[in-house]
Amino acid sequence: MSTFLGVPGARPSAADNPLRGDRPFPVAAREAVGNTQLRRNLGRALSTIRAKRAAVVAEVPDWEALRDTASAVKADVMARLPELLEQLERNVTARGGTVHWADDAEEANRIVAEIVTATGADEVVKVKSMATQEIGLNEYLAERGIAAVETDLAELIVQLGHDKPSHILVPAIHRGRAEIREIFLREMSDAPTDLTDEPRVLAMAARAHLRRKFLSARVAVSGANFAIADTGTLAVVESEGNGRMCLTLPDTLITVMGIEKLLPTFSDLEVFLQILPRSSTGERMNPYTSLWTGVTPGDGPQEFHLVLLDNGRTNALADELGRTALHCIRCSACLNVCPVYERAGGHAYGSVYPGPIGAVLTPQLTGMSGHGDVNSTLPYASTLCGACFDACPVKIDIPTMLVELRGRAVDADRDRTIPGGWAAAMKAASWVMSNEKRFAAAESLSKAGRVVAGKKGRISSLPFPLSGWTTSRDLPAPPTQTFRSWWKENRPDDLGVPLPTSAEDPGDPS
Amino acid sequence: MKIALMATCLADAMFPQAAIATVRLLERLGHRVTFPPGQTCCGQMHVNTGYLDEAVPVVQHYVDVFDAADFDVAVAPSGSCVGSVRHQQAMVARRAGDTRLAARATALADRTYELSELLVDVLGVTDVGAYYPHRVTYHPTCHSLRMLRVGDKPLQLLRKVAGIDLVELPNAESCCGFGGTFALKNPEVSTAMMADKISDVLSTRAEICTAGDSSCLMHIGGGLSRLRTGVRTLHLAEILASTIDSGAFDASDMSATGGLGTSVEASPKRSA
Repeated sequence: MSTFLGVPGARPSAADNPLRGDRPFPVAAREAVGNTQLRRNLGRALSTIRAKRAAVVAEVPDWEALRDTASAVKADVMARLPELLEQLERNVTARGGTVHWADDAEEANRIVAEIVTATGADEVVKVKSMATQEIGLNEYLAERGIAAVETDLAELIVQLGHDKPSHILVPAIHRGRAEIREIFLREMSDAPTDLTDEPRVLAMAARAHLRRKFLSARVAVSGANFAIADTGTLAVVESEGNGRMCLTLPDTLITVMGIEKLLPTFSDLEVFLQILPRSSTGERMNPYTSLWTGVTPGDGPQEFHLVLLDNGRTNALADELGRTALHCIRCSACLNVCPVYERAGGHAYGSVYPGPIGAVLTPQLTGMSGHGDVNSTLPYASTLCGACFDACPVKIDIPTMLVELRGRAVDADRDRTIPGGWAAAMKAASWVMSNEKRFAAAESLSKAGRVVAGKKGRISSLPFPLSGWTTSRDLPAPPTQTFRSWWKENRPDDLGVPLPTSAEDPGDPS
Repeated sequence: MKIALMATCLADAMFPQAAIATVRLLERLGHRVTFPPGQTCCGQMHVNTGYLDEAVPVVQHYVDVFDAADFDVAVAPSGSCVGSVRHQQAMVARRAGDTRLAARATALADRTYELSELLVDVLGVTDVGAYYPHRVTYHPTCHSLRMLRVGDKPLQLLRKVAGIDLVELPNAESCCGFGGTFALKNPEVSTAMMADKISDVLSTRAEICTAGDSSCLMHIGGGLSRLRTGVRTLHLAEILASTIDSGAFDASDMSATGGLGTSVEASPKRSA
């Protein structure tokens, strides 16, 4: 197969790359942490969704077995992805669809634009889709005179606000309803002038606005939650029904799908349609599940195109550990439980894939070129608390992968002639910590710490980079005696060999 | 039982009272404690910061030291250091192509326990005869909770402490924001997380926040001290080592250090 050359295409500038921001994570996060509106919106929304998820997951007696099964199915998919993709292609084609292969974002965008142009349409309606966010499709189409209208309510809010999504499932999670009212009044030409910020009123305004778009649209663009290799069936799950409008009303349907979204057989949906809604929205079942297979004469779109997107995925696939990131079904459970995401918000990650899964997926899709690369800061955007691994319905070991990617970020920097501060410090620490005498000597330097602490017994200010600690936390004065010195004084007979049972410490000061 | 103490580099250098308490507690329970000489660090800081090559000599040294020592099981007063021994050391060795070191590390990891695991699972004891007449809340550290799965073992131990007023910590399972070098690399987010943890600790009206990791306690305690909250942190081992006769863990000893419990040895008294 000639399409597996997944090095993403070069982009004009960092600012419009959907997978790379323009600032390192800690810098972007500093600003986000200080945004009180953002903190409140996120705190409220995430604690609600966490509680909902916890309740509906707890009621499933075989939840762990479902996770194991889902993980095994995805491992199988990754192990034989090329053959499954070819099977999918055969089945989609046999049912009247057309399959396109896109190495990178540029190629995928070009394919979609050519199909739309051929229909003569200058507007497309869109089903919420991460793949098209990832390739910047809307912007690409806009430059060619084609308006892409987001029909998912939250995506519409983001689009009208000239904003970026900050959550995989709830892209406008950073917005409050008062902000949404302002955006609608400012940007939606047919918004009622007496619009209030009641959720129902806002939803009805969006509904009226979108209904006009659905009825006039001739082309729709979607992503896919799943593609079934053995039948050629595509699936989209959603809450609003707007996706189904797009999938059924227009004449032409274009689906852009990451190559990892595959499932081998139709019956695999049984597992995934149980774990996805419970993990993502905290619902037992999502309100709308749309399945379509090729083209059905006289019913729904009469032209169906499937664009299979690589865009760096085969880089991850080639890596034994990294490929498990491709198991992701975009449920967002890891974002919702992540304490770092909850404080920093999605925009701080600079990628359309934020949160824990974004921190492992984004650097693998784009590659990391060392510590000067903002995406090299993403694997460090975690305390390694492990909440994401526990929540993941396909059991992606995100903490282990974060550590491995940190290693690669460091390794990408190793050819620098002058090592950075961290590299120098870690080298020195390695030298000190691999020898007892050196370690004990370093410990004796802590006397200086006691001088700094003085009578207060605490240290409240240290120079950079330890100032990162003391800006918000005290450090205790180092103890007058290390443990090893206490041990020598109080357990002089212990030489790491068996002690006589009566051994007591004559040196004990009491 | 012959128990090797893995003191951990942080406890050795900064919080010796946690390691001393571990020694006293285990000796009081009738066990022989040994301190494999030459031990330094498990390598976790290097691994979690991405310096996996630099972690190799540290792991090598750790394995050499503990391999040479004579003991039945090893114990550390730290969930994250035991997590590193169990889940990282062999990986570091394998990554460096040293399968022999990986095998030795795995064999050691199989008999290395976090303190509450050792007490409850290996020694089969929950009532360690401790006495601690203070209002205490317990923070389950992430690595003990989600890496080692110690579950409620620390709470089983604390519930049996005489005189203790143990209060539940709201949102207990949320990370405190320490995360090793995360605290330095992402100080803003780390502090934002700490603020919420501290607010939960304060809501319990506890006098002491305890946990099984000195590192997380250094972070939470550092914030409690900075804000002069009048609440301090104390390692689980110190509460369990405290007895009605020891008197060594009276809160008045701590007044000089604000939120940071550092001067346990100020009134040392052996209880063994």
